[in-house]
Amino acid sequence: MALLEVKNLGISFGGLRAVDGLNLRIEKGTLYGLIGPNGAGKTTVFNLLTGVYKPTIGTFALDGEVLNGKSQAQINHKGIARTFQNIRLFSKMSVLDNVKVGLHNNNKYSSFAGVFRLPSYFKQEKAMNKEAMDILKVFDLDKEASVTAENLPYGKQRKLEIARALATHPKLLLLDEPAAGMNPNETEELMKTIRFVRDEFDMTILLIEHDMRLVSGICEQLTVLNFGMELAKGETSEVLNNPEVITAYLGE
Amino acid sequence: MEFISYLVNGISLGSIYALIALGYTMVYGIAKMLNFAHGDVIMIGGYVVFTSMTTMGMPTWVSILIGIVFCTLLGVVIEKVAYKPLRNATSLAVLITAIGMSYFLQNLALIVFGAGGKTFTSVVSMKPISLFDGQVTISGETIVTIIVSVILMIVLTLFVNRTKPGRAMLAVSEDRGAAQLMGVNVNRTISLTFAIGSGLAAVAGVLMCSSYTTLTPYIGAMPGIRAFVAAVFGGIGSIPGAMIGGILIGIIENLSKAYISSQLSDAIVFAVLIIVLLVKPTGLMGKKIAEKV
Amino acid sequence: MKKNVSNLNPLTKKNLITLLMCVVIFAIVQIWQASGSMGSLYQGLLVPICIYIIMAVSLNLVVGYLGELSLGHAGFMCVGAYVSSMFSIMTQNTIGNSLLRFAIAILIGGICAAIFGIIVGIPVLRLRGDYLAIVTLAFGEIIKNIVNVLYVGVDNNGVQIAIENSANINLDYANGGKMILNGPQGITGTPRDSTFVIGFILVMITLIVIMNFVNSRTGRAITAIRDNRIAAASVGINVTKYKLIAFALAAFFAGVAGALYSHNTASLSATTKNFGYMMSIMVLVYVVLGGMASIRGSVIATIILYALPEVLRQFNDNINNYRMLIYAIILIVMMIINNNDTIKDKLNIFKSKFKRKKVPKETKGAEV
Repeated sequence: MALLEVKNLGISFGGLRAVDGLNLRIEKGTLYGLIGPNGAGKTTVFNLLTGVYKPTIGTFALDGEVLNGKSQAQINHKGIARTFQNIRLFSKMSVLDNVKVGLHNNNKYSSFAGVFRLPSYFKQEKAMNKEAMDILKVFDLDKEASVTAENLPYGKQRKLEIARALATHPKLLLLDEPAAGMNPNETEELMKTIRFVRDEFDMTILLIEHDMRLVSGICEQLTVLNFGMELAKGETSEVLNNPEVITAYLGE
Repeated sequence: MEFISYLVNGISLGSIYALIALGYTMVYGIAKMLNFAHGDVIMIGGYVVFTSMTTMGMPTWVSILIGIVFCTLLGVVIEKVAYKPLRNATSLAVLITAIGMSYFLQNLALIVFGAGGKTFTSVVSMKPISLFDGQVTISGETIVTIIVSVILMIVLTLFVNRTKPGRAMLAVSEDRGAAQLMGVNVNRTISLTFAIGSGLAAVAGVLMCSSYTTLTPYIGAMPGIRAFVAAVFGGIGSIPGAMIGGILIGIIENLSKAYISSQLSDAIVFAVLIIVLLVKPTGLMGKKIAEKV
Repeated sequence: MKKNVSNLNPLTKKNLITLLMCVVIFAIVQIWQASGSMGSLYQGLLVPICIYIIMAVSLNLVVGYLGELSLGHAGFMCVGAYVSSMFSIMTQNTIGNSLLRFAIAILIGGICAAIFGIIVGIPVLRLRGDYLAIVTLAFGEIIKNIVNVLYVGVDNNGVQIAIENSANINLDYANGGKMILNGPQGITGTPRDSTFVIGFILVMITLIVIMNFVNSRTGRAITAIRDNRIAAASVGINVTKYKLIAFALAAFFAGVAGALYSHNTASLSATTKNFGYMMSIMVLVYVVLGGMASIRGSVIATIILYALPEVLRQFNDNINNYRMLIYAIILIVMMIINNNDTIKDKLNIFKSKFKRKKVPKETKGAEV
């Protein structure tokens, strides 16, 4: 059974079909790419899979459990975490706290214990700090743990978003243009980190990207979207040589 | 029969709210701020007309004109001094400044005119009219208020939709940055908005004082809040929304005073607002804004 | 264990300084009082300042940490004031120990206000920004309005409640029936249990609870919602639940402040100035001038801004007349200085000439 199974998923905004009849099967441990020209509906797919939008047709299931119709928070509990194309960090909070918010549902103690500083508070906070620092180390952000998130340089903000998403212990990680705005060196480094995350955390990753070097460098399988519909799918090298895909990107 | 007179009085009160609400809504649409001091401009308008008529002995129409001109200038000056320096600040910062301005105007009036109420002589000389063989009497003030308000609203609608500065106002409220790129003078447009809003407030002040005759430094506060409610009710930022919202709030207030409870009319007005917003979170005519993810 | 946590939270030190500051101020005031040189004007300010500090700090939880503009905070204060007052009057003969009675009254006032906070919060927190602001204002005004038409009395048959008219209530006056809440005339005869010491203790409790709350898992969730609602939901935070928790906790402390208020006055009635939007706005001014999400700022701003007009009052008549005008001007000027980009830049240049900044990228904003 595939980890993520998307069947005939679609959504319309006032008659416009932003995503139409999408089918996806992502096996556990895969690095899967979702590509397509601007406005093809890639981010909308992410918004559907994370509950920001409710699909008008179709279903999607994680580990066999149907998730459409659930709220954003519920879907995250079930194991889908994401990053955003236009970075959405908790900008006034420290880097460490950003990750600790990600750990929110993994280290639970009551508000009461928090206010009255019961032993469970200290125990859980200590565990959270440790795990958060471990995750930050993976992204080489541990030295900036006390920096306010909005003061991080752009590339590091993107990494922090991934770290925060990972902290929720997801089964499936959705990355929305993780390399946007990065220079070639940073992209190279990011590719290594993504591969490391996949191997180290045994993660399944679905990513949207425009940078073809990154796509061909790390994605094992691809789906190409155009005008909300699937144009091609398969092994990365095959898809990228598909004449239809080239036409969609470059025009006739 | 009683119902008709309550309804007409409600429409009259509502027209005053609508005139004030227009100022709130236009300023909100264009400067994205809640101008809490707007209600106090009404009060200043009342005092200026009062002083001009009583102390200086000017004819009524001259006094009204002086009141309108004074408030128009006041609105522009307030914007220049207090709000313009905060053009890029958070909306909360501007809100607090507006509250400060409201305190300032109230206390200025307190010092200049004293805390005691002044009796305002009605500017309307029209006789009350009787309908249905004297079963319903409608005062001249009520009729004049409704007529003046309707005329002003029509003129304003034409101005906004048909003239160049009016359309500039619409453009700025839609997208300030884009409007600027298209050559709209944003600062001048904002000044114009404050000028029009404050001018309307002066008219509302005169009409209100004519109907309710007592003038104190605090008379602007409560109608200001009601009109603010009316603007939100109709969908803040929307000009037709403010007109409809104002009139509806006036009618609801008067009818609930008459038929439900005079003491609970405030609670009823606010409860209606809450229900409307829960059903339609951006008010009756407000646009739904979707957040882009 | 504890040390480890505080190492990672450089902000805990800030909180201790805030608490220490309060203790020092308290000590100074106590010495001043003991020396007998404190005038009655200042004595009269002590309990109100405690009340408004509690109001400001709790409102800061909603405005500064949760990031929602509430203009109805005084409504919850109103609930706390009335409920606690009625409780105290009814139990005046049953509970002899006035301190114990007052403590229960405060708790009941706070809990009732928190329940109102939840009732109001469920519909309100679905709205955004300015719409939320106006609806909280509306709820505050509704509470104030209803309290003004409410009649509550007790007699042998128990507690009786009526609205609109005192004639609607059938009290057995002959056998000790007593009107407690008399419509617009409000409540008279609440035991005057509020003292500066109790006020100070309540301030300290409020500060500690809110600081700990904000600096916990729940508090982080709330701050995360403020910074980015959609991202918070995306990491599994139930946005509505946490908004409601913050709102209810803030309402609870507003209720506590209300209890302190009603037990500090001989006759209690609800007006626009004490429980209406004017009060909510006044407290909001303290919060904004003190700094969003800065608890210490709220405390300092409340003390200065509340005392300022009162202190100006003691000067000769000329200044006395102008005091509120001066206050308004100070308010406007402060807002412009704090928020105008050009002025801020110039001030920063000016400041940096005098002291070199230690670490330019220090965690700021969310003082906890």
